Amino acid sequence: MNPVLKLLLEGGRLTTAQMAQVAGISVAEVEQHLEQLKKDKIFLGWRPVLDLSREAAAGAAVRAVIEVKLTPERGGGFNNLAQRLAKFDEVESCHLMSGGYDLLVFVNAPTLQKAAAFVSEKLSTLGGVLSTSTHFLLRSYKEGGFLLDGGEGSGDRLNVSP
Amino acid sequence: MSTTSNRWVASHVATLPRSGIRDFFELVAKMKGQDVISLGVGEPDFTTPWHVRKAAITALEEGKTYYTSNLGMIELRRAVATYVTEHFGVNYRPDDQIIITVGVSEALDLCFRAFCNPGDKVMYHQPCYVSYHPSISLVHAEGVAVPTYAKDNFALTAEALRAAWVPGCKILMLNLPCNPTGGTCDRAQLEAIAAFCREKDLLVLSDEIYSELTFDGTHTSIASLPGMEERTVFLHGFSKAFAMTGWRIGYACGPTALIDAMMKVHQYSMMCASIIAQEAALEALQNGWENVCEMRDQYHRRRDLVVRRFNEIGLTCHSPRGSFYAFPSTQGIGMSEKDFAVGLLKEQKVAVVPGTAFGANGTGHVRACFATSYEQLIVACDRIERFVQSPRA
Repeated sequence: MNPVLKLLLEGGRLTTAQMAQVAGISVAEVEQHLEQLKKDKIFLGWRPVLDLSREAAAGAAVRAVIEVKLTPERGGGFNNLAQRLAKFDEVESCHLMSGGYDLLVFVNAPTLQKAAAFVSEKLSTLGGVLSTSTHFLLRSYKEGGFLLDGGEGSGDRLNVSP
Repeated sequence: MSTTSNRWVASHVATLPRSGIRDFFELVAKMKGQDVISLGVGEPDFTTPWHVRKAAITALEEGKTYYTSNLGMIELRRAVATYVTEHFGVNYRPDDQIIITVGVSEALDLCFRAFCNPGDKVMYHQPCYVSYHPSISLVHAEGVAVPTYAKDNFALTAEALRAAWVPGCKILMLNLPCNPTGGTCDRAQLEAIAAFCREKDLLVLSDEIYSELTFDGTHTSIASLPGMEERTVFLHGFSKAFAMTGWRIGYACGPTALIDAMMKVHQYSMMCASIIAQEAALEALQNGWENVCEMRDQYHRRRDLVVRRFNEIGLTCHSPRGSFYAFPSTQGIGMSEKDFAVGLLKEQKVAVVPGTAFGANGTGHVRACFATSYEQLIVACDRIERFVQSPRA
């Protein structure tokens, strides 16, 4: 496996210089590996993991999870519809699911009204959408692998032990 | 008052030397709050996987708060038997050949108390874990240190064993991979050691606590070699591979008569290991292997990082085949291990442990534990480089 991909999968937050140290290669080589991963469309980009509940200036952004039922299209199945839906800026992520509905859509909106408007005006009016069921996120406990309430550490570990 | 109270302390305890680790611990403790990066620890930086902790919580909720069988819960002994067969190729009966102990430390103490008569000689390779020699002294036996060398990657050789052997040697204590050197033995080296043990009729106590953290090649247990199961007590535990140091849970496997003798001491001194720790250990064996592999892969990359950096810096360092310790030499830069460790701590705030804390054969080396994050290791290595390059009188 690409050595940089291995480090990315560990979920750490190493800089390219640190990755170079750990993998025992030059920074230029790390960047080449990253470029290759981008070319192969494996590595799509960096995004910070934020806990915006702690940042008042971020406002009361609303996140919702929407279960969407679709009528599959002749020829394109669910793909065309899912790709069309995923293009909306409000959609953070979009997945085809097994089970009682077809798509699970994570949506971000600055206010409750805008989230509601997205569902009623953009999503449900899309041809092929049979029904939607919207759930608003009330509180987050873990995000992108990080525990949001302080987590846990090895703070009590002895500095020197046998 | 302490002077007068001293007269009640047993003479063999009074003469027991203080652990070299303890001195260094106190030195580091004085620098609390000063951004010290410690490579002086002897335990994983990972917290016990959550599913294992949850199993302990569930056990408490279910009211599991009582003693267990002296040998330990039968379910855990069965799981241990399966694990040892799968990973080490040795078969033990859960009913009478396995005992659950309070860490490998207790298992080792049981061995010495159950097998040593006063004056018996116990061979052990050195540098070694700090408690081996004191534990031998506490049962009025004599330790016979067998040196291991950097030129052999700190593997124990049959030649060194033969050279150190004296009449009266009854037991050989092994710890492979080794704390503090990371050295271990391949199958051929172990076969030569096994042949020597059969020749001299030695009982082997094999502490294989770091075996899952073997990075190069596969780990071989001496107990799995022909004719060795009957003369080996296999010691293992959960502390290192499953990141469970604080739970204090381990086990010993061996011939019925030996486990029975250990059980006698254990039942009168410890009764049994904590039931909560036993429940957690059971979960670790049943569902924790993936965690072990993930942690091992990270240790592997950390090892490669620190060994490469130490050698670049001028601290000659063999590549430890197992464990999470590097044992670089300070001789190439003309410093003693003590001066290096104290100077590095004071000037650059990185803690490593002088090799002499692990016996006289650790002279000229320091133990650096790489069970810490990449970020910390990178900064620690940069600080060590600055320390080595800084001019000194």
